Amino acid sequence: MSTKAVSLFDREILGKALVDSIVKLNPRQQLKNPVMFITLIGAILTFEQLLTPKEPFGYVLQVALWLLFTVIFANFAEAVAEGRGKAQARSLRSTRKQLVAKRRRADGSLENVDASQLRRNDVVVVVAGEVIPGDGDVVEGAASVDESAITGESAPVIREAGGDRSAVTGGTTVLSDSLSIRVTADPGEGFLDHMISLVEGASRQKTPNEIALTILLSALTVIFLLVIIALKPFGTYANVPFSITALIALLVCLIPTTIGGLLSAIGIAGMDRLLQRNVLAMSGRAVEAAGDIDVLLLDKTGTITLGNRQASDFVPAPGVPSERLADAAQLASLADETPEGRSIVVLAKDLFNLRGREIGRPHTFVPFTAQTRMSGIDIPAHGGQAMRTIRKGAADNVQAWVEAQGGTCPPTIVDAVADISRQGGTPLVVAEGREVLGVIFLRDVVKGGIRERFAELRSMGIRTVMITGDNPLTAAAIAAEAGVDDFLARATPEMKLARIRAEQGSGHLVAMTGDGTNDAPALAQADVGVAMNTGTQAAKEAGNMVDLDSNPTKLLEIVNIGKQMLVTRGALTTFSIANDVAKYFAIIPAMLVGAFPAIGPLNIMHLASPRSAILSAVIFNAIIIIALIPLALKGVKYRPIGAAALLQRNLIIYGLGGIVIPFIGIKFIDVLINALHLV
Amino acid sequence: MNHGNGWVQLALYIGALLLITKPLGLYLLQVLDAKGKTCVDPVVRPIERLTYRICGIDPEAEQSWIGYTFSLLAFSVTGLVFTYVILRLQGRLPLNPQHLPSLNQHLAFNTAASFTTNTNWQFYTGEATMSYLSQMVALTLHNWTSAAVGIAAAAALVRGLSRASAKTLGNFWVDLIRISYYLLAPIGFAFAIFLVWQGVPENFLPYTVAKTVETHADQTIVQGPIASQIAIKMLGTNGGGYSSANAAHPFENPTPLSNFVQMLSIFAIPSALTFYLGRMVKQPGHGWAVWSAMFVLFLGGALATWSAEAAGNPIHQHLGVGPADGNMEGKEVRFGVFDSSLFATITTDASCGAVNAMHDSFTPLGGMIPLFNIQTGEVIFGGVGAGLYGMLIFVVLAVFIAGLMVGRTPEYVGKKIEAYDVKMAMLALMVLAATILGFTAWASVAKWGLAALGNAGPHGFGEILYAYSSCVGNNGSAFAGLSGNEVHWDDTTGFAMLIGRFLMMIPILALAGNLGAKKVIPASAGTFRTEGITFVVLLIGTVLLVGALTFLPALAMGPIVEHFLMRAGTLF
Repeated sequence: MSTKAVSLFDREILGKALVDSIVKLNPRQQLKNPVMFITLIGAILTFEQLLTPKEPFGYVLQVALWLLFTVIFANFAEAVAEGRGKAQARSLRSTRKQLVAKRRRADGSLENVDASQLRRNDVVVVVAGEVIPGDGDVVEGAASVDESAITGESAPVIREAGGDRSAVTGGTTVLSDSLSIRVTADPGEGFLDHMISLVEGASRQKTPNEIALTILLSALTVIFLLVIIALKPFGTYANVPFSITALIALLVCLIPTTIGGLLSAIGIAGMDRLLQRNVLAMSGRAVEAAGDIDVLLLDKTGTITLGNRQASDFVPAPGVPSERLADAAQLASLADETPEGRSIVVLAKDLFNLRGREIGRPHTFVPFTAQTRMSGIDIPAHGGQAMRTIRKGAADNVQAWVEAQGGTCPPTIVDAVADISRQGGTPLVVAEGREVLGVIFLRDVVKGGIRERFAELRSMGIRTVMITGDNPLTAAAIAAEAGVDDFLARATPEMKLARIRAEQGSGHLVAMTGDGTNDAPALAQADVGVAMNTGTQAAKEAGNMVDLDSNPTKLLEIVNIGKQMLVTRGALTTFSIANDVAKYFAIIPAMLVGAFPAIGPLNIMHLASPRSAILSAVIFNAIIIIALIPLALKGVKYRPIGAAALLQRNLIIYGLGGIVIPFIGIKFIDVLINALHLV
Repeated sequence: MNHGNGWVQLALYIGALLLITKPLGLYLLQVLDAKGKTCVDPVVRPIERLTYRICGIDPEAEQSWIGYTFSLLAFSVTGLVFTYVILRLQGRLPLNPQHLPSLNQHLAFNTAASFTTNTNWQFYTGEATMSYLSQMVALTLHNWTSAAVGIAAAAALVRGLSRASAKTLGNFWVDLIRISYYLLAPIGFAFAIFLVWQGVPENFLPYTVAKTVETHADQTIVQGPIASQIAIKMLGTNGGGYSSANAAHPFENPTPLSNFVQMLSIFAIPSALTFYLGRMVKQPGHGWAVWSAMFVLFLGGALATWSAEAAGNPIHQHLGVGPADGNMEGKEVRFGVFDSSLFATITTDASCGAVNAMHDSFTPLGGMIPLFNIQTGEVIFGGVGAGLYGMLIFVVLAVFIAGLMVGRTPEYVGKKIEAYDVKMAMLALMVLAATILGFTAWASVAKWGLAALGNAGPHGFGEILYAYSSCVGNNGSAFAGLSGNEVHWDDTTGFAMLIGRFLMMIPILALAGNLGAKKVIPASAGTFRTEGITFVVLLIGTVLLVGALTFLPALAMGPIVEHFLMRAGTLF
């Protein structure tokens, strides 16, 4: 999806939202939101008062209309949020043109079928220039794929059978070669389908915190309903016949319509903000959980350090000239296409002017394998020159290789290895035959600014754990340099899973990123598991979010969005409840002053007349919803300044502000409607 | 009037309260732990063991929240029935030298409910209605047990907060016995001795009939086992007076010192329970934060009542009453404006309900503060136990709403506050509001309700509102002026008291069980800390806002209108 952020008030979205906010007046839909349902009933009852007018028709009509507007405004907020989601969904869907897929029959021949006919485990063949018809795993072949339709990133990526780069997403285009793909999702159940229905609001379920908040708001509504119902007999006692219009106006002003009207918009907007950052969330629950995360498991490579390590130094063994070490290291790295290998060749050239060269006689390169953890070169004896076998690799393995030939590893090398590790580097030991020549210092480059980022996380109460395959010494040094709180060295997928379980066991909520199939159990176990889009289908299915940009640092933004959503809810709830103080001061004196003129001084806002006071409060109550829609959609900014300071700040803005603002607002409206002679 | 004396007394009172909070709190930690050790162990421990053996209680066996609640309710219902039966049979039972008759069924129900619920609302005149047996067995018994039940419920809630992944909340029977034996009995005994020293009678003699000096009329002088009853009525925040004049009676409250110590004893256990809370959740600052919120609410109320009463009534002043005297109507001259105002604030903060002045005769605003104190749900120190668990409801709400503003799912002492917890907390608040407003609305338009009114207009309405607030809040003090003891009044207030007590306790124990079963999330820099000034302000704001939003219209129809009418020259 081309994820240009939809502007806050896109004309097209607003137009459609206006229509939707009327359609949503359907009482059956309102029943889902008790606060707005009560408001709607109140509006209807007030309209009914028009049939038997005991008060001026125009006044009752205005109150009734504003009550109705209150509901419409709340509907509008929800519709705008949904509209933004739908706009995103439309751009997602546009990648889903009617596609014809080449499905492989049991006998191996191909047949053309409509993409919507594809079922799980069907195998399709896609050749260069064609669009991949559905989510799946590559079972045969390798190809470059343009995923810009999904990620917005124009550089093509390699997708190949086996390994961690086997997953492809429907809607992306094969640029070269061809792929056989096993479809992994039935039509309508793919990742995109799921996301589309989520952002459209169709399959949106209330999150746990939203449910708790709805209970609170409903209970408050019930309490205020009791307060208003009891007022009627109180009035009878005091010989003050309260009008139904005034009672309903007071009720609607008291019940938390502001947060009640904006609550679902806040939730939808949260999902939407994630989407704008190219993250697909499988549920609103996951977004909410992101706000609660207090442990982050971060892969070292790519997140904390730049992907590649660079050779920075040669440390020769005693009696070995540096140049000889560099020469052997360069020979051993000639066929090594990894960035590390290339950096060794370059370093040897830079330091000793050794050029990549033709060896000039038969030779075999020994590739790196996970078992040997070494690579190198074998040059058989030829024309009087002795046989040369050169290896470079992990210290333990090279030492074992040397010792197997009867050699020994000098203690200075052991020291050098430990020293490099301590400095956060990766030592590669180089040996020729039974002789250890020295150590190559591969340096990990910690990303700029990452340290500050972690400090910020710490102040948010989030602990970072670095996951690395490095040995503990190396890991400790990088951890110290990057400023992470803890690290997991020589990590295996099992260790990751165990670590997550242990953290959860002691009450923490854990987030992690992963891409490989072997990450799947840990991704499933984590409270927030973000799978990289480049990863395997298994990883994507195990996690509850997918990052289309495959950027592990994105986790930090996800946490921020989760927090922002919770802060917004709390802030608007506080604001909504605090507003009631001023509304009481507007309406209660207005209701009583007729019977007890002595209470005049209680009208501290000096509102012009009882009717204008009630109408002003109702109008304020309605338009504050509209006024707060931008805040609900954009979210209250989360500031990593620590819980105490943040609470204090928000309490002053939304608590104190919530008490003061309506006094000003209601007074202003009162002046206005009296100037316009509306009452 | 000498305000200096008031300030000095207030300072002394605050100092004394602070002084006893920690030691008593430490003592509570031992009492509320089945394996706790106290200084009275050598005497009490054998009796405690014997009680367990006779009752077949296994002190090691803890109960789930359902088991705990069931035991608590079973015990309370038994006590309710027991008292009802004794009151109904009083005329035929011994220890009745005045030959007082049995009570009718409505009054017996009302009184039984009243004492079972720690309310001690009295629709009767103690000295003219209750035999010595009824006073000592049927009523004083509840003064002990209802206090112990309240403390037990609070202890269960605090255990729920302090435990992680726990299935049990303690054993109700053990709590009941230990609170009675280790806490109420020794302190109550010492307090009674103190009162006897101050001049409170403790005997079984029939009332003395004396000839008055001037007119040679017969005067009946009340006596009996008063000191022991007073001790527990204050300590257990019961408040039911031995005589109808309650703590204004010279035999109940003879000296300035007895007045001071009685006021202190009302707040003693509620205040110490906040310390207990802090220690149990391993966050002493939280206990003190809750204490501070209660304290600020108390101080504000006391100063407001004092200033309203000291300002007096402008109408009286037009008639020549010196403005410096303040409002002395309905006050015992021995105590004057300050001690009456302070006592009124304390007794309504703490759901005690003992009075040393007639709240009905306070100025409208001076009387509104005690009324509003009750309507906050009796959480300003509150009844023994009930004050703490009531306040913790507000803590849960404050944490839930404001906790979101730090960007996390709200948590309280490491426990996530989720839908179920919010539901239980709001249920308790809804019960409070619905019962007070519902009964008040009914009585204010019903014939039976209006027939009982001694005063018209907003003041009469205030009396009705006060009566139901006091009953639901289990306070027990009254705006006099209601000629109660009528079938409807007896029954409605009786139910109000039962609802206010038990329909509040059940959701709270459910909350305790649910919180206790949760895992504890370790605190971090991102955690909303439930201590410090911000939290105290937040908690005070929540209590005031919820109380005000619920009861402001009702208060407006009563004392607030009355206040403005008084300023305009109308009295009721």
